[in-house]
Amino acid sequence: MKSLSRVYTALILLFMYAPIFVLIVYSFNASNSTSVFEGFSLKWYSELFKDGETLKALYNTLILALLSSVIATILGTAAAVGISYMKNGPIKSIIMTITNIPMMNADIVTGVSLMLLFVFVGGILGISGVLGFTTLLIAHVTFNLPYVILSVLPKLKQLDPNLSEAAQDLGCTPLQSFFKVVLPSIMPGIITGLMMSFTLSLDDFVISYFVSGPQFQTLPLRIYSMTKRRVTPDMYALSTLMFVVILVLLILINTVKDDKKTLGKGSAKK
Amino acid sequence: MKRSASIYSKLCASPYIVWMLIFIFAPLLMVFYYTFTDSSGALTFNNIIALDNYAGIFVRSILYGLITTVISLIIAFPLAYIISQKSVKYQSTMIILLMVPMWMNFLIRTYSWMNILSDNGIINFVIQKFGFEPVHMINTSGAVILGMVYNFMPYMVLPIYSVISKMDKSVIEAAQDLGCNKFKVLTKVILPYSLPGIASGITMVFVPSVSTFYISQKLGGGKYDMIGDTIERQFQTSYNYNLGASISLVLMVLLLVCMAFMNTFTNENDDEGGIIV
Repeated sequence: MKSLSRVYTALILLFMYAPIFVLIVYSFNASNSTSVFEGFSLKWYSELFKDGETLKALYNTLILALLSSVIATILGTAAAVGISYMKNGPIKSIIMTITNIPMMNADIVTGVSLMLLFVFVGGILGISGVLGFTTLLIAHVTFNLPYVILSVLPKLKQLDPNLSEAAQDLGCTPLQSFFKVVLPSIMPGIITGLMMSFTLSLDDFVISYFVSGPQFQTLPLRIYSMTKRRVTPDMYALSTLMFVVILVLLILINTVKDDKKTLGKGSAKK
Repeated sequence: MKRSASIYSKLCASPYIVWMLIFIFAPLLMVFYYTFTDSSGALTFNNIIALDNYAGIFVRSILYGLITTVISLIIAFPLAYIISQKSVKYQSTMIILLMVPMWMNFLIRTYSWMNILSDNGIINFVIQKFGFEPVHMINTSGAVILGMVYNFMPYMVLPIYSVISKMDKSVIEAAQDLGCNKFKVLTKVILPYSLPGIASGITMVFVPSVSTFYISQKLGGGKYDMIGDTIERQFQTSYNYNLGASISLVLMVLLLVCMAFMNTFTNENDDEGGIIV
């Protein structure tokens, strides 16, 4: 039974990692074939760093992810604070239902509906090429917002309401009590929301595909236009690098988490 | 003093509410607007009538979505169970290992499958080395479903795992003490307990697989169009936004009905927000 379950997990991991393994191996291929391996070479990596358009797309992706996640985190945290003060009732439940829509809806519908809005408004204002950086940014903030709100709200619920009252009794203004008491205690939720937004924004293709214009390309969009033609192994080289970065980040986040846990335990013992 | 503070606090939500109404709610109204108008903006039902031509694609998408969901469930349930029985360290490592591929760009992963499955791809290369006849795999419905299972199966593992791992182990012991064998423990205790996880897993796999595009274009060679591919073509190639909107509207209604149905199985109050990404 035990060996059976081991074989089973191994098979699934093999299935999950087969395509990744393939692209790592072929990123070191000496020829431009993606099926026959003809010797080891690093030439696709040097090709990649000569490819100005891909590097530009990488830069664009990072800028977009950074901006959209920061905006979504600020708007979303403020929204969560506001929502947490609302009484349960129809208004609150309507707000929560609409908030859930981008998470539940199919990405393609979210993308298409935003595109229709932008094109419609662009038509009214008489702008022809309305799709570009601004529309991409709006779309990314929009699909990030629910994730921020839903990671901050539970933290606010756990918060003891007496705490901020106590701070005010001790002479804090409401604003001071928010920044000195409420904000630090909901920080973990805010950070989670920020990180989630950043990664979602980095990786998004489907929604970006519908709301972007030709002037501003992100990395997933660049990859898409390359897979329409024949993919050269420099895309594989890029994916291999991304894989390594993701792996290192995940390991780092996890060791930091573990350290925090042991730290927390240590201070609790005192 | 206190009352004014709470009013200020409520005001915090107002920028978001404005944003939400303009960029979440209004776009959905736009889908309705484009569905029931023609390119000049006049009221028409032609976009709804034209949907008739796409009935086959709708049926295929739902069918492939269901097959993908069932295969994912069959693969994911035992895996989630196996993981939940191991040590905490093993559990978190396995979950990370399952999530890492999902963080890679899905276009590249799908393209990589194309190289594995194609007629002179890696599998056929190996098969021929051993002296067997090559097998035709790419551009079949099987390849499309494989691509969808590959991309969406982890979304089934995570919710089931999170439910089973929270389960009180003494419940299983109690069942065993009361005379259940291993099989009965599984069917009478673990399976019913994990139903909410299974239900949210089904939604999390079914929604993206029904609405997917690209996978079927690359692995099905354009012969097995799905709803997503059809919508994409209306917006990016034919520039018929009105027809595209009406197909999107049907997809949205379809998903809504399906989610409402699945929600009857998860009768908990989820506003605590258990998001797994």
